Amino acid sequence: MNRYLAKRLLQGLFVLWAAYTLSFLILYLLPGDAAAIQAGGAENGGVDPALVERLRAEYGLDRPLWEQYTTALARALTLDFGTSTQSGTAATAAVSAVLPQTFALAATALPLAVVVGVALAIASTFARWRWLRQALSALPPLGVSVPSFWIGLLLLQFFSFRLRLFPSMGNEGWASLVLPSVALAIPTGAFLAQILSRSLRQTLEQPYIELARAKGAGSARVHFGHALQNAVIPALTLAGVLVGQLLAGTVVTETVFSRVGVGRLVVTAVNSRDIPVVQTVVVFAALVFVLTSLVVDLLYPLIDRRISVTGASLVNA
Amino acid sequence: MTPHPRRTAGSIALGSVALLALAACASAGGGAATAGATPVDGGNLTFAISVDSQCIDPQQVGNNDAIAIARQTVASLTTQDPETGELSPWLAESFEVNADATSFAFTLAEGPTYADGTPIDAASVKTNLEAIQALGAKASLGSTYLSGLSSIEVADARHVTVNFDRPSAQFLQATSTFSLGLLAPVTASASQEERCAGDFIGSGPFSVESYTPDQEAVLAKRPGYDWAPESAGHQGEARLDSITFVVIPEAGNRTGSLQSAQIDATAGIAPTDLVLFEGDGFSTTNRANPGVVYNLYPNESTPKLQDENVRVAISKSIDRAEITETLLGADDIEARAVLSSTTPFFADQPSLEFDPEAAETLLEESGWELGDDGVREKDGEKLAFSVTYWQSPKEVLELVQQQLRVVGIDLQLKFSTIADVQAAQATGTEDFLYGNLTRADPDVLRTVFSARGTQNNNHREAGEVDDLLDAQAATSDQAERQKLVGEAETLLIEQGHSIPIYQLSTTIVTSDRVHELTFEASSRLDFYDAWISE
Repeated sequence: MNRYLAKRLLQGLFVLWAAYTLSFLILYLLPGDAAAIQAGGAENGGVDPALVERLRAEYGLDRPLWEQYTTALARALTLDFGTSTQSGTAATAAVSAVLPQTFALAATALPLAVVVGVALAIASTFARWRWLRQALSALPPLGVSVPSFWIGLLLLQFFSFRLRLFPSMGNEGWASLVLPSVALAIPTGAFLAQILSRSLRQTLEQPYIELARAKGAGSARVHFGHALQNAVIPALTLAGVLVGQLLAGTVVTETVFSRVGVGRLVVTAVNSRDIPVVQTVVVFAALVFVLTSLVVDLLYPLIDRRISVTGASLVNA
Repeated sequence: MTPHPRRTAGSIALGSVALLALAACASAGGGAATAGATPVDGGNLTFAISVDSQCIDPQQVGNNDAIAIARQTVASLTTQDPETGELSPWLAESFEVNADATSFAFTLAEGPTYADGTPIDAASVKTNLEAIQALGAKASLGSTYLSGLSSIEVADARHVTVNFDRPSAQFLQATSTFSLGLLAPVTASASQEERCAGDFIGSGPFSVESYTPDQEAVLAKRPGYDWAPESAGHQGEARLDSITFVVIPEAGNRTGSLQSAQIDATAGIAPTDLVLFEGDGFSTTNRANPGVVYNLYPNESTPKLQDENVRVAISKSIDRAEITETLLGADDIEARAVLSSTTPFFADQPSLEFDPEAAETLLEESGWELGDDGVREKDGEKLAFSVTYWQSPKEVLELVQQQLRVVGIDLQLKFSTIADVQAAQATGTEDFLYGNLTRADPDVLRTVFSARGTQNNNHREAGEVDDLLDAQAATSDQAERQKLVGEAETLLIEQGHSIPIYQLSTTIVTSDRVHELTFEASSRLDFYDAWISE
């Protein structure tokens, strides 16, 4: 078990390093840099080259790529990700200031997505009538493919602009959380429902289910007593992806609902080539992904006793 | 030093007065129902902005939305009349400019204080200007205005003289802008990021109460404020208790929030949504931004655009009226000069006309013959250009593209992000630069066009037009300056250095509860007189 954990820890560190390095390279290769954007102001097409050079020197953008990378990486090891080129504050401070808001949004959207996703998956295989099962199984692909900003605007139009039940903007109070978390939960829940219902359908065709039916188990007992436990494993495997999707979803949700958060922050940071802030968010997202995968892997044996965590790796006995 | 008493500033607008007055008709002030109503004190006004640039320090900001917040927190040495362009006293009770515009003497009014109670004295003016120089590139507007500053003399508590090592007629107007707005001396020692975060002490009718980036900025009325310029709609403290600037990035959300009274006003309604606010509890106010209009700057270091005939032909092929009529808001008008109609010293440039036949003649003269595909060519080379831009609405250049195609010019468009555009420009090989620049002083022409300046948007060698641009910067004689600016603009158009298209304008949409929310001379929002009725 300890060896397993040590190995996972090393893998995790590798993922974080790779995320840091790749994002650094991508941001470096993108055209334009923070100095030119800052110097250009908001409207003027032309920029003063002398001003740009001064800013480039100030941000350290005039040094060779490898030197920028190694100094940045060395500092990142001490959790110093540099200074935001937009506001001048520490990048980690800029991110941690808005993190609670995004966490609140994700923490309300995730349970909602799980409840809706699981319920939809079960209903689409459990429903008595074939037409209803078919209708229900068409919902997840729909939920996944509808653009989330459109869902957001529809919710706003109806519940905020017309009925005036919820505010259209801001982070204050639970009321401001309702519409954004619903908007964020829809694509996430639909994604979960899609995976779970497919895996449920496959499980329900297994011979042991036939056996259970032959022994006289009712539909409910087959579903909840036999199939669900096994069908849940593939869905759990994708939990990391699910959390990643949730984080990515906050970008659009926070913008449409004018909420402060990591998603909004990263959009402005990318647009103004604020490398320190973008990298802090990327590394943070990678960390969440690594931790989620680890937790899920440790959960497998609890769900299915045939799976165990041994010294080397996960073994399906 | 020949003293020009402050009264002479009155002649600043001269020939442009009539035109400016015309433009001012459209900018009477927010709230059509204002007339006759008695102002009410108190209340909070919620105003939506579209972007938060993570900084609200008046001496650092350059983004329109951030300026709307920052402008309210500082008073300036002078104020500029939006209708005449005239500069008159604000914190300085009088000012004098020498004949060659190298020395500016200010006499400060007695009484005004910073929000921490320290008096606004001559030494603090010096501290401010030096702090802006120290901010350097971070104060991208202010440091440009101070370029060439050689010394600041503090004679006594109320007298300060600012000297430049070269003529800088623009400086007087610069003292009226938020960029040179005055902050308490203690702010000068605050760090750049603290100031961005709203941790500064101002001198204006409002002070920063709180600022949460990407969410909102709350300004509270400054108690005891009693130094509004004479031209203001009232005297004493601001009428509103507070202003809440909320950040709403999504255009549809801004429209819906205004309709459902979750906000009181915004300048961020898309042109296509403006019809939703005609009457019915809302009113709109529009004003053209002063400064250089949206125009194409040809890169004259490229072989094809070196030819004056080609540049002028492009300008003559553009039907500007068609662009404003089909694509822009009801109040937007086409470019009538290189400067917009709300800029001091503006005058119509008759040579700016839509004349596709003259364009064709010019192109034939230079040997560009129509090819089989309708695009002109010479020695096997096509008359094709490309432009990378980010400015909305992107359809403006798409229509220009169609119009140029009619005379056989192929304009390739790439609509992109600010970062991409700046990267493309950095190569120096782009055919055109596209953009505008807001500034209520004609010296803005020198900033963007001068071949002796740092921007030199045309990438060209210095010539007659640069002499004119330098000369207008060196005279404090208003009639002379008017003449020089006009001549420079004529050359810019006739030699095809500028291809003007349309005037950027700002439209405020307010609920009818909002009154007297106005534009100042630079078309920035002024909340000092604003009030809100129940």
